[in-house]
Amino acid sequence: MSLNLEDVARIARLARIELSAAERETTRDQLNDILGFIEQLQAVDTTGIEPMAHAVDVVQRLRPDVVTETDRRADFQAVAPETEAGLYLVPRVVE
Amino acid sequence: MSRTTQWEVVIGLETHAQLQTKSKIFSGSSIAFGAEPNVQASAVDIALPGVLPVLNREAVVCAIKFGLAVGAKITPRSVFARKNYFYPDLPKGYQISQFEIPVVLGGGLAIRVGAGETATEKFVNLTRAHLEEDAGKSLHEDFHGRTGIDLNRAGTPLLEIVTEPEMRSSAEAVAYAKALHALVQWIGICDGNMQEGSFRCDANVSVRRPGEPLGTRREIKNLNSFRFMQQAIDFEVQWQINEIEEGRAIQQATVLFDPDTGETRSMRTKEDAHDYRYFPDPDLLPLEIRADWIAEVKSGLPELPQAMKARFETDYGLSSYDAETLTTTRAASKFFEDTVAATGKDSAKLCANWVTGELAAHLNKTDMPIEASPVSAAQIAGIIRRIADNTISNKIARDVFEALWAGDGTDADAVIEANGWKQITDTDAIEALVDEVLAANQKSVEEYRAGKEKAFNALVGQAMKATRGKANPQQVTDLLKKKLGG
Repeated sequence: MSLNLEDVARIARLARIELSAAERETTRDQLNDILGFIEQLQAVDTTGIEPMAHAVDVVQRLRPDVVTETDRRADFQAVAPETEAGLYLVPRVVE
Repeated sequence: MSRTTQWEVVIGLETHAQLQTKSKIFSGSSIAFGAEPNVQASAVDIALPGVLPVLNREAVVCAIKFGLAVGAKITPRSVFARKNYFYPDLPKGYQISQFEIPVVLGGGLAIRVGAGETATEKFVNLTRAHLEEDAGKSLHEDFHGRTGIDLNRAGTPLLEIVTEPEMRSSAEAVAYAKALHALVQWIGICDGNMQEGSFRCDANVSVRRPGEPLGTRREIKNLNSFRFMQQAIDFEVQWQINEIEEGRAIQQATVLFDPDTGETRSMRTKEDAHDYRYFPDPDLLPLEIRADWIAEVKSGLPELPQAMKARFETDYGLSSYDAETLTTTRAASKFFEDTVAATGKDSAKLCANWVTGELAAHLNKTDMPIEASPVSAAQIAGIIRRIADNTISNKIARDVFEALWAGDGTDADAVIEANGWKQITDTDAIEALVDEVLAANQKSVEEYRAGKEKAFNALVGQAMKATRGKANPQQVTDLLKKKLGG
């Protein structure tokens, strides 16, 4: 499998990354290199091996259902670009 | 309708049930409703760099309870995944959800479509249910042409419950949604508050000619009332049929229902539909649920509505309808069983009549939940005991209920005593009374003897009036018949 420039443009759009024409070409080559590595991995026979969802073979630790956080809105909003009435303000989004 | 009958409707529902935990799914923030904006949004919830999610054990317990209640498979090892999309109320740029391996697989729900004699039963199969976090809220009112973001809701635990595309009408979809709504409250995993968004449904709707492959579906988002669900699906189905019959193909799309116009309108079409690029979240390890944990949760699960309904029918001899009504909520079933416990099993049918009749009517009229009923189960049992032992008639019993409802008196016996409502069952006393009525109503007596049946009813009425309803109507009727016949 290899990606063309159109695929790269689409992935960049989904990730909200702006790429120039030159960057698109480098990115295509880099991504295709990565896909090449994956192809090598896929050549390994994994019959009978259970797939892993994580690199370490440990399970999720769980926390008790207790409220431990306090209100730190003032701290967080002190570094926000724009706030009003306790809300974070962002460029208007309309569905 | 003749046009519609050539089409088969296919509906699948996705429901987001907000889980009844105290804290969020991946952080220790409160999920209490109605707080000031952003005061329940911690560093994890607003996605500051360097934070890590830690899974709330109780959210998993809720998922296990649900899986057990619908007879599903609880996955021994499920995986959390990142669902990537950009929206300002999703601070991380992805939602933590489950994709390939959800916590609950399969299972299903028995539903009852329609009411009364014509009701039909159906079993709706579930595809899956998975744990995920909710997003924040965007407020589009005008903040100088900007959008306000409240992240209190971000990270609230949700169980998304997905059905197979098996429903064939809006009525079936609503029946399923209602059954699910009742079940999640019954097992105590969701408060079911639809106004506050604790239970929201998305409906995937398509139409096809019977026997053909599935048509292209459109997804109606965020249906937060059963009435809107019905209206939205009905409109959508008719719209799709019209489009196809006029030669236009359906485009896959997400649509919103506008309650003001009763119409659905497209939000986004497939062209820019999201490609979520799911992948396992490296911040979270696989969730392991061992058999002993499932067994522990199972032992704490209440008797389920289906089982309780069957028990009410066999143990108490209730009709399927009464048993169904009394197992709509746990509170109603408890009220009924408390009443029966106080009256004895022999009066179970009478208890059912009172709880689903007089009590339900009063509660409906005042829009009050049964938990808040001013008349307790013990008080209703008191009334029923006095009906059963012939102390009062059904008519007087309703007066006693009214008095208790209004707070006049502590129990049925006190109300009966205070008002002198004891039924006269003493035959001599009734006989004397009947004689008086006959003497005072010679005209009616003559009319009856002349063959006017109606005159007899007038005499019964007079006798009951003379006792202010306290005489046993059957006894009065029998005595009058005897005297007039003789």
